[in-house]
Amino acid sequence: MKKSVLFGALTVASLAAGAAAAGTLDDVKARGKLNCGVVTGLAGFGAPDANGEWKGFDVAICRAVAAAVLGDASAVEFVPTTGKTRFTALASGEIDLLARNTTWTFSRDVDLKFDFIGVNYYDGQGFLVPKELGVSSAKELDGATVCIQTGTTTELNLADFFRVNNISYEPVPIETNAEGQQQYLAGACDAYTTDASGLAATRAAFEDPSAHVILPEIISKEPLGPLVRHGDNNWGDVVRWTLNALITAEELGVTSTNVSEIASNTENPEIRRLLGTEGTLGEMLGLDNEWAKRAILAGGNYGEVFAQNIGETTPIGLARGLNAQWTDGGLLYAPPFR
Amino acid sequence: MTTLSDPPKQQFRLSMLLYDTRYRSATIQVLAMFGFMLLAAWLISNAAQNLAALGKPISFSFFTESASYDINQRLLEYDSRDTHLRAALIGLLNTLVVAVLGCITATIIGVFVGILRLSSNWLVARIMTVYVEIFRNVPVLLWIVFAMAILIESLPSPRDFRGEDPAATMDMFGTVAITNRGVYIPEPLFTNSLGNLHIFGDSSLRFDISLDLVAVLAVLAASIFAMRKVAARAARIQEETGVRPKTWYIQLGILFVPLLTLLVALGFYLGYPELKGFNFTGGTHLRNSLIALWLALSLYTAAFIAEIVRGGILAISHGQTEAAAALGLRSGRIMRLVVLPQAMRVIIPPMISNYLNLTKNSSLAIAVGYMDITGTLGGITMNQTGRELECVLLLMLVYLAISLCISSVMNWYNKRMKLVER
Repeated sequence: MKKSVLFGALTVASLAAGAAAAGTLDDVKARGKLNCGVVTGLAGFGAPDANGEWKGFDVAICRAVAAAVLGDASAVEFVPTTGKTRFTALASGEIDLLARNTTWTFSRDVDLKFDFIGVNYYDGQGFLVPKELGVSSAKELDGATVCIQTGTTTELNLADFFRVNNISYEPVPIETNAEGQQQYLAGACDAYTTDASGLAATRAAFEDPSAHVILPEIISKEPLGPLVRHGDNNWGDVVRWTLNALITAEELGVTSTNVSEIASNTENPEIRRLLGTEGTLGEMLGLDNEWAKRAILAGGNYGEVFAQNIGETTPIGLARGLNAQWTDGGLLYAPPFR
Repeated sequence: MTTLSDPPKQQFRLSMLLYDTRYRSATIQVLAMFGFMLLAAWLISNAAQNLAALGKPISFSFFTESASYDINQRLLEYDSRDTHLRAALIGLLNTLVVAVLGCITATIIGVFVGILRLSSNWLVARIMTVYVEIFRNVPVLLWIVFAMAILIESLPSPRDFRGEDPAATMDMFGTVAITNRGVYIPEPLFTNSLGNLHIFGDSSLRFDISLDLVAVLAVLAASIFAMRKVAARAARIQEETGVRPKTWYIQLGILFVPLLTLLVALGFYLGYPELKGFNFTGGTHLRNSLIALWLALSLYTAAFIAEIVRGGILAISHGQTEAAAALGLRSGRIMRLVVLPQAMRVIIPPMISNYLNLTKNSSLAIAVGYMDITGTLGGITMNQTGRELECVLLLMLVYLAISLCISSVMNWYNKRMKLVER
């Protein structure tokens, strides 16, 4: 029995590893569908809407890549993953791309054998507490019960934060954001911690968002970005430059509404290269020259995606902050298309 | 006849391996085994090669790295600077805690329900039938989540205990706090504590043994030994004279006097939970996750045990009950002294597999955030280190080892209870 169990596990591992070896770009083209790992449901970042259609900030990356590679923004198979299952899903080849507010860390990049292809949201870990608790700083949380999604970097930051400040806490590990919300609202935990953007999204879904505050401390750097398997550089380039195309498009003022018009009559060489009216950037990636145009048409440039899903006019209401273009004092700085 | 006694010597030919029924089965078995070994070798080498190609050859060195995460329920001292190995050990202990608690509770509930299902009282028997059918026909994961949801949603949070006119108050004369974060009960404390015995120094497997507990257990064991001596003496006198001397007050004295003396000497007192800051502090905290898991696993498994017990009782011929009744025994004693001991022989073997099921089902703990070994080694550690294959293989070995231990203990018990045939 012991043996058969061992072999069973090895079979799974070998099948999984076998799938990872082939070229992902060719696989995706042959399949005609992009398998994209997303969050199980986080308003604004990735959640199915009333019609069952996936919408959100991270989901937009999947759609842009699908549009660039396959020419169809809807040719995406969304695979919901939890904090725990996401890396196995990617490593095993179940998904081609993981766009699920995942923090770029050294060990994930180097040791877990993934490639982060960029940062689509600069975030930091915060705490959400009920207003009636009267807490104004995270350092006042001594002895508090804190709900935390297991398998995340936030779990490690939390341990470090309380250790450094020499205060105690009781962690309540939970599997998904929905469970965390349930426990938090029932008062089974005093505070809920995750990335500040996630907190804002969670709070927006509450019945009375104004009864809860996000504490001012941001206890960590959480650069969130899409990632792919390590070793398939060609595929990594496709995803990286699709994200860069969205960011550059915003910088150059190319939007989903004016992209066709600009493509035909602009004189700006960088825009011409980006949209494929000049040069062969798309061919270098193994795509056609209109890839970036399609990616922008899919959901708009970075700024449009941000504004539609999590921006200040949405219930999530996040300001651009660090995620503004470098020209506006933010950190978004895409390398040139040349 | 002589020709039969001296058959012609047959030359062995290779084709006989296939066409001769004497050899054919052996041939097939050898071929099948070769095929199986080839398949296994291919799988192993494939896995090893692919892992090497991914740059992740099998390695257990992550065990010595710092785990960096906290675990809320820990039987041994642990903090986020301890190693992954120690985190796995903490998880293992949590698994064992819920498995042992679950097995005991499931057995008690199961035996009661099993017997009551055979009750002549129509209402009682029907209620027990409903219980058994509801619990064993709904997946245990749903029961676990359901139990947790009830605990979280229906009980007051610690905040409700605060203020002039609190919405909730402590139970049992203010000693027990039942909240939606768990139940806080008084804990035994000692003013003149004997301290702890540290074992394994600073290694990942270090643990402390409370000398107070050892002393209490030693005194209890000695008392029970003495009580049995007294009982044996009483039995001897009864055999000789026919009159059993009164020993109950001696027995009570032997049981309680040394224990109470020890407790007074150690300065025993109870530490009560009290509301401090965000939570109750002091006392023992039975977390919601433990209670929900324990409750759901025991109620679920008890439904199966009840059926086993009922089957075991029905397997005993009704003549036994009638014979015992004819001897003048009352129905309770008939069950306890005549029927159940015989039924045990039928009950124990299927009971083993139910204990194993309960233990393995405890791996669903993560559904309520209970940090068992699946949650630590197979959850956070696996996730943070990316060593899926190593963690899952180890996890399997751990569950296998636990299951084999339970099996061997239960098999030993089964042998002891078996009908001794002469």
